[in-house]
Amino acid sequence: MTQRILLGDESVALGAIHAGISAAYAYPGTPSTEIMEYLLRHQATHRRPHAAWCANEKTAYEEALGACFAGRRALVAMKHVGLNVAADAFVNSALVAVHGGLVVAVADDPGMHSSQNEQDSRFYGDFARVLTLEPATQQEAYDMTREAFDLSEAFRVPVLLRLVTRLAHSRTTVATGAPRAENPIHKAPQRSTWILLPGNARRQWSELVARQPDLLAWSESCRWNHLALHSARRDLGVITSGIARNYYRELLPELGAAPSHLHVGAYPLPVERVRMLAAQVERVLVLEDGSPFIERQLRGLLPGRLSVAGRMSGEIPPTGELTPDLVRAALGLDSRPGLAVEGVALPNRPPQLCQGCPHAHAYKALKQALEGLEASMVTADIGCYTLGALPPFSAIESCVCMGASIGMAKGAAEAGFHPVVAVIGDSTFLHSGLTALMDAVAANANMTLLILDNQTVGMTGAQDPIVPSARLDAIVRGLGVDPDHCHVVDAHPRRVSQNAAILRREIEHRGLSVVIARRECKEVTRRKARAAGGSERAETGAGTEATIS
Amino acid sequence: MNYGILFAGVGGQGVLSMAAIIGRAAMAEGLHAKQSEVHGMAQRGGAVQAHLRLSDGPIESDLIALGSADLILSLEPVEGLRYLRFLSRTGTLITAAAAFVNIPDYPDIEGVLQRIRGLPRAIVIESDRIAEQAGDLQTVNTVMVGAASHVLPLEPESLEAALTATFERKGEQVLRANLAAFRAGRAAAG
Repeated sequence: MTQRILLGDESVALGAIHAGISAAYAYPGTPSTEIMEYLLRHQATHRRPHAAWCANEKTAYEEALGACFAGRRALVAMKHVGLNVAADAFVNSALVAVHGGLVVAVADDPGMHSSQNEQDSRFYGDFARVLTLEPATQQEAYDMTREAFDLSEAFRVPVLLRLVTRLAHSRTTVATGAPRAENPIHKAPQRSTWILLPGNARRQWSELVARQPDLLAWSESCRWNHLALHSARRDLGVITSGIARNYYRELLPELGAAPSHLHVGAYPLPVERVRMLAAQVERVLVLEDGSPFIERQLRGLLPGRLSVAGRMSGEIPPTGELTPDLVRAALGLDSRPGLAVEGVALPNRPPQLCQGCPHAHAYKALKQALEGLEASMVTADIGCYTLGALPPFSAIESCVCMGASIGMAKGAAEAGFHPVVAVIGDSTFLHSGLTALMDAVAANANMTLLILDNQTVGMTGAQDPIVPSARLDAIVRGLGVDPDHCHVVDAHPRRVSQNAAILRREIEHRGLSVVIARRECKEVTRRKARAAGGSERAETGAGTEATIS
Repeated sequence: MNYGILFAGVGGQGVLSMAAIIGRAAMAEGLHAKQSEVHGMAQRGGAVQAHLRLSDGPIESDLIALGSADLILSLEPVEGLRYLRFLSRTGTLITAAAAFVNIPDYPDIEGVLQRIRGLPRAIVIESDRIAEQAGDLQTVNTVMVGAASHVLPLEPESLEAALTATFERKGEQVLRANLAAFRAGRAAAG
């Protein structure tokens, strides 16, 4: 057994490697990015397993599914909102008879540290009728990932592994085991189980539903769902899921007699264990980091004997990340305030575009281009450039989901608004903007698309985009954008006025136009210079990964 | 023994690298450690924090609770004050003196420093000047680790070993500057 210092994300990556995966696919997104980062570093030194960034979460999922179709094990990783993009592939893949293990690691972001919502992926696992595992520690992240592949093959379903920010981005010591060999190539024996024509799909769906009692029976007896009954205390029972257990356990010494406790680390929810707990106590407090997923199931619709406390009853706020202090309050323990700041008003310090960021120069040009117009609309997208919403730029008016800027601009233009500009980054465009641009080309929508091409996936730590920047304008023209209304400009500070003039002309053009504002991300330029210079300082904790025994 | 450190600063200042060095030293001493950090959007020029918990036994929570940090180690005065509610009543705040002004409503720095100096246990370090004297302005976070070495439950030798392990692959000059910065920071807080 070897001990390593790993992030929760890295524990998943290494667990998958040791489970014998042949392939891993992902699209970067906080807090999941470090899963693939680790796999890529591993691939660089060990050659196997194959690991790659993909155009988006859906293509990543489908590529992993293809590896499983060939009988191999595969991991696919994404952030929670990425699973919305991959949902079509995910939900339908529950119906095929998986014979090579398939695990989808999804990192949720309760509290929205770096996301536009805080949806809870456990609902997806339930919706698709598959197994969901929810580690509480980095060690469990490693162990569960390994086991998830065995479970996937045993129950012939994909397995969803749900992480949350605090686990994904916290590092500690993890004990790792011996690696398992990869599966041999072995094509799916029965193709009718993979061809979801209605006739087959009805049979596969019935089989998946018929398999549910097996999944539940496993969940009832597995080691991840642990029930401790203490007859000394009847007033309170506690259910924790995932990392909520850590906060709860730390407060146990202050609680006097320990309440009966059910920890849930695997779903479907172990109903019998919940009933055993409920039979012992008058009140159950449910502690979960995310939505009241368990709490809602406990409440049902009709009033019952049992009193249930949690996010829905107000013991814990209905939104936001679970914290040690919220658990403390929910358990009725006195708060422990630290020192107070008095006499100084502390300003917020929101994130902002880096000094000299090319997006800033592009936004200056856009603002200048829109000057003097009676009205204008700027839809935007997800990336560093979303920070253009904040002063001093205040340049954009929407940010909803990956690629939405283009579709929304087309819709607004067709609703009669003019002028409309859509702003999107290069990687977001390649992720989900191409199809919307196809719609805009087909309709010759009266809008201007501004692609901010900084030649990297900036927000998540500067990964290479799936297509090199040099080919972006060829792709845009290939979709049918009129070459006379497709421009590549340099987002240089000295070219702001010139770029503004081009933008203004294209905004006034009645029809579709595209302007690509190109200039490399400053952070990437800096990294390249550092790599060339050979002297680099530790910017992150990445240097701490080490084998210590 | 349980010891909680909350690291604070502005994205890009090197908050995570301070946490990494102290975490590395703690693990080399055989302590348990959990280090929680924030990546992604929160990093860009905004307020950044990291939590590091050390113990001689297993650690449950990845996060420090309110009122229970033994040390706030900050690269910026306002950012040090921002997390004061996490500091235990017996805890220490150690901050770099220099203001990082990238917001329009940054408060009067003298008022901020006065408020910090009025705390029961606070140390303000002229880390920019000390780093410059150590020969490398980039060593500010190492100066701060040195300043914290008096209150950390770790041997200074372990911290120096962690610095060596971190910086030796970056060349002798970088390593020498960091060791000098550590010692000067330690002397300034002593």
